[in-house]
Amino acid sequence: MADATLRILLVDQNVTRASILEEGLREAGYTNVSVVRDMQNLLRRIVDADPDVIFIDLENPNRDVLEQMFQVSRCVQRPIAMFVDHSDTDMIRAAVESGVGAYVVDGLRKERVKSILDMAVSRFNAFSQLRDERDRAKQELEDRKTIERAKGILMKERGLSEEAAYGLLRKAAMNENRRVAEVAQSVVTAARLLK
Amino acid sequence: MKVILGFIPLLDCASLVVAAERGFAAEEGLELALVRETSWANIRDRVVVGHFDAAHMLGPMTVASTLGIGHVRVPVIAPFALGLGGNAITVSLRLWEQMVKEGATAGAAPAVQASALKRAVQRRSGPLTFAMVYPFSCHNYELRYWLAAGGVDPDRDVRLVVIPPPFLVDALRAGQIDGFCVGEPWNSVAVQAGVGTIVVPTTAIWPSSPEKVLGCRLEWAQRHPKQLAALQRALYRASVWCENRENHAELGKLLGQPRYVGAPADLLHRALSGQLTLTTGAEPVQFDDFFTPAGHNATFPWVSHALWFYEQMLRWKQIEFAANQVAAVRATYRPDLYRAALASVAPDIPVEDTKIERFFDGGTFDPRTFETQR
Repeated sequence: MADATLRILLVDQNVTRASILEEGLREAGYTNVSVVRDMQNLLRRIVDADPDVIFIDLENPNRDVLEQMFQVSRCVQRPIAMFVDHSDTDMIRAAVESGVGAYVVDGLRKERVKSILDMAVSRFNAFSQLRDERDRAKQELEDRKTIERAKGILMKERGLSEEAAYGLLRKAAMNENRRVAEVAQSVVTAARLLK
Repeated sequence: MKVILGFIPLLDCASLVVAAERGFAAEEGLELALVRETSWANIRDRVVVGHFDAAHMLGPMTVASTLGIGHVRVPVIAPFALGLGGNAITVSLRLWEQMVKEGATAGAAPAVQASALKRAVQRRSGPLTFAMVYPFSCHNYELRYWLAAGGVDPDRDVRLVVIPPPFLVDALRAGQIDGFCVGEPWNSVAVQAGVGTIVVPTTAIWPSSPEKVLGCRLEWAQRHPKQLAALQRALYRASVWCENRENHAELGKLLGQPRYVGAPADLLHRALSGQLTLTTGAEPVQFDDFFTPAGHNATFPWVSHALWFYEQMLRWKQIEFAANQVAAVRATYRPDLYRAALASVAPDIPVEDTKIERFFDGGTFDPRTFETQR
């Protein structure tokens, strides 16, 4: 059962990822979620939100800023730490692997946090997957454009048909143990230099 | 054998980069994969969970992890140090102007600069804001030591905040902070940008002061003793290469690449040679031993360093004393592993594990009396 009384603060400069996690938490019944996107007045925001749990994305260099704030205990009303029990290493591993840093208020029982952390980990993983797919799609599109350009060059310079031009690229790629797109890029570069 | 190493883009990741790029690791049969990280907390976590076999780490961070301050307690060891020095304290032009009125001059001794700062502090209302890079860092402790020795209370007269190195210059320009303590090239970047003055290199505060170490989990070291020893040898030879003046220009270019430090090669070159431009437009001043990658036993993990860090953690109330912590702190730094790996490689390895540490104000830290007095 979701523990609606828990206050959760999410520090993430990536708007999409922040909203994916926020949405997940709200759907699961955690209604008390605040999100910090810009780093101005981070301390003020933390004091105002007085969170039980804080998440920060690991790409964020301001993570060290956050840790310092927790060290100087008078900055925040209640001491906050990364999980301090040695048995929490598995939780930390899962979090770090998904790209999220998690901090909880001292004394908060692990069971109360576990499901929120699981949620954060799965949402961060989902986001990475989305991003990987998007990057891959973008790369494929780029590759296709480069191959088209290289085919055009070969067709013009060597009087080949489209099919033969592609065959030539493919053969060169196989011989050199490279990707077709890489060979195509070399052709495009060479053509530009020879112009 | 593949070894994955995390690092933060700073001058003193030099030996790791050179070991990977100039064949020293390959000679030992190692394939180094260097992973650039964005925060010290990430470095610590990824070492702790095993993403990294070892990493470029802040010396005090290995002690903090071993004691479990602010994080899970995981024994982390420092079997090799990544050089001495390399840090400086820089202040905003506005604060520098106030300090000059109180007797500070470019390149003056740390005691002179600290007294000038104290008088400047007395004249103003409200605390100054100084930045450093992490709560468990030499930068934090060196800055605090200098302030306190000059009669400035680092907790009352100054607000100490953490700002990641690449953001420091902007924060100084925007007036968010009055000064900072950080490793090169970031002090020189502030001077070059015309927003700061270098007040003092921290080697003037604590001569032969340590900085980063190679840190790894104790458990990893126990499971892979051969890899660790090979890594120590590769890093030692790389450190000697880094120290050679003839290599400084090449090293500046190598580190300047975006995938490593990503800062102007000439600034890195100058920091390597100890040529610091203290105020914008001035001629560089030579500081001998500003950054020492290998000489003066710079790679030896002195247990007295670990104990001094622990004393600072107590002094600044990051942790409360417990008698059983002293042995854990001592065991963090591993001169025994250093000797075993480098006996036939490094000349003049110290036979003692500790030494007396001396500071600019005449203060000393004697690890023997530290332990008996506690």
